[in-house]
Amino acid sequence: MSEAVIKTDKLTKRFGDFIAANEITFEVNKGEIFGFLGANGAGKTTAMRMLCGLSIPSSGKATIAGFDVYKQTEQIKKNIGYMSQKFSLYEDLTVLENIKFFGGIYGLTDKQIKAKSEQLIDQLGLQQEAKKLVVSLPLGWKQKLSFSVAVLHEPKIVFLDEPTGGVDPVTRRQFWDLIYEAADRGVTIFVTTHYMDEAEYCNRISIMVDGVIKALDTPRNLKDIFKASNMDEVFYELARGAKRSE
Amino acid sequence: MKQFLIFIRKEFAHVLRDRKTLLILFGMPVVQILIFGFALTSEVKDARIVIMDQANDPASQQIISKIEASRYFELDRVVRDHQQMKEALKRGEIRLAVIFPANFNHDLLHQHAAHLQIIADATDPNSATTLTSYINSIVQEYLADFDTTNNTSYRIVPELRFLYNPELKGAPNYVPGVMALVLMLVCVMMTAVSIVKEKETGTMEILLVSPFSPFKVIVAKAVPYLILSLINVASILLLSVFVLDLPINGSVLLLFAESMLFIITCLAIGIFISVKTNTMQVAMLISLMGMMLPTILFSGFMFPIENMPLPLQVFSNIIPAKWYYIIVKDIMIKGLGFGAIWKETLILAGTTVVMLVISLKSFKIRLS
Repeated sequence: MSEAVIKTDKLTKRFGDFIAANEITFEVNKGEIFGFLGANGAGKTTAMRMLCGLSIPSSGKATIAGFDVYKQTEQIKKNIGYMSQKFSLYEDLTVLENIKFFGGIYGLTDKQIKAKSEQLIDQLGLQQEAKKLVVSLPLGWKQKLSFSVAVLHEPKIVFLDEPTGGVDPVTRRQFWDLIYEAADRGVTIFVTTHYMDEAEYCNRISIMVDGVIKALDTPRNLKDIFKASNMDEVFYELARGAKRSE
Repeated sequence: MKQFLIFIRKEFAHVLRDRKTLLILFGMPVVQILIFGFALTSEVKDARIVIMDQANDPASQQIISKIEASRYFELDRVVRDHQQMKEALKRGEIRLAVIFPANFNHDLLHQHAAHLQIIADATDPNSATTLTSYINSIVQEYLADFDTTNNTSYRIVPELRFLYNPELKGAPNYVPGVMALVLMLVCVMMTAVSIVKEKETGTMEILLVSPFSPFKVIVAKAVPYLILSLINVASILLLSVFVLDLPINGSVLLLFAESMLFIITCLAIGIFISVKTNTMQVAMLISLMGMMLPTILFSGFMFPIENMPLPLQVFSNIIPAKWYYIIVKDIMIKGLGFGAIWKETLILAGTTVVMLVISLKSFKIRLS
């Protein structure tokens, strides 16, 4: 069994009377692609924010890359990458400038940044666009660039918050190729999504309903357990009982 | 530190790449300085004055009581000492001084002509001319009565002196005003908008997840505006010296130091607004309505604060631009040193600290 890089034990977040995330317990292993599913308002974002060190849990335990989410948020931040559902590069900077900036704030040296930029631009085939403003790129490329920037500093874990929203299926497939490549390099992928075809790409998935993790297994096992032919049915089976929605 | 510099470089790229904003940033002060010549004339009421009565005779006392009765003036006090009067003018406590020379009555009766000296603080040339003409008409009114009772014609010759701005140029009034206005606009609005923009586009989240500390994010966002604003101060001063012939009478260094303080005050307000708002429109609206409008109305550069009803006068004290306006006028026009403006400086510094503490606190709360 490989080592666990994300470990949570009864992790809970309360906002007053409202329990956004209720005693979440799970482990994610190194190099694993972990799908974190749930309907809107199920508590995914809250859980993810706690894991990224943006939000302090109300109770429970969690370690990210071996660092404690209560006390070692600074070390956690150095070891994770993050890509949000909103497109999050600077549109008024060029592709190269964005790479330089994000490399820079993660403390990469000029030399490392230069090498990384070249490698990344080759990999994405962006030679023509390197000096163009990001705003002029098609959405699919922006998303791919965004992901590549998120793993630029070689984090141990990368958190992807609905990374493929609004992207066509072909580009989504290409995006997942990038994710697989990163996972092959040993990067752990923690991804939330609404697309059930994407859920099938994950090694394991958890489904959250009303702040609680209702199911956690490989896609194949889940389909067996719920006697479903696809993930859509599994998700529907679990989520229809939800009391909370946005 | 290197990360910090990289961040600042990125901020400059944002600013310099946005042509429209850049045009506003550097075009606005130039345009405003050049077109603001038409300052507004308005009636001046209850102007504080000092009278120096060296004559203390019937004629001087009758004129003094007439001045006292006028609704235009509020007699601060009657002094005998030249020094006291000068001090009061310098500190800006009074707008005008009237001096009756010894033998005023005697000269009037026996030489049929007396002299009267009027010294006005002309940093605001409009109210200075208005006030002296009020005094003049009071004196002439007195003379008319005097003539009819004595049946001959007498003259009182007023000698006018306009302090700080003998040529009664509008520039001494509006240059400090425009400085306050421009800095307010650039620093408050642009900082607020640029921070909120990161929130709106989602990049703020990415920055917060990065090891770069939130405090540094805020400071790095403010630095370019600090530098650009100092360039604006320099360009306004160059324009006023070389185009408007308005010399800087006090220390240029002190002027820059005070400007820097005011810029930081404005940046702090901008940061405060950005922490409290989530969309660029709201941030812009609050900056414009909440900061620009009060600055124009209550800094004292367009409308004399003395004329306002008491509640508004009290309210004007919370407008940082008012204090900066006083500071710039004192240094630039009156040529005063730090001793004259330490109180105003302290107010600005206090405002800045309070704003920064509140915004950093609420910024942290947002994080958890």
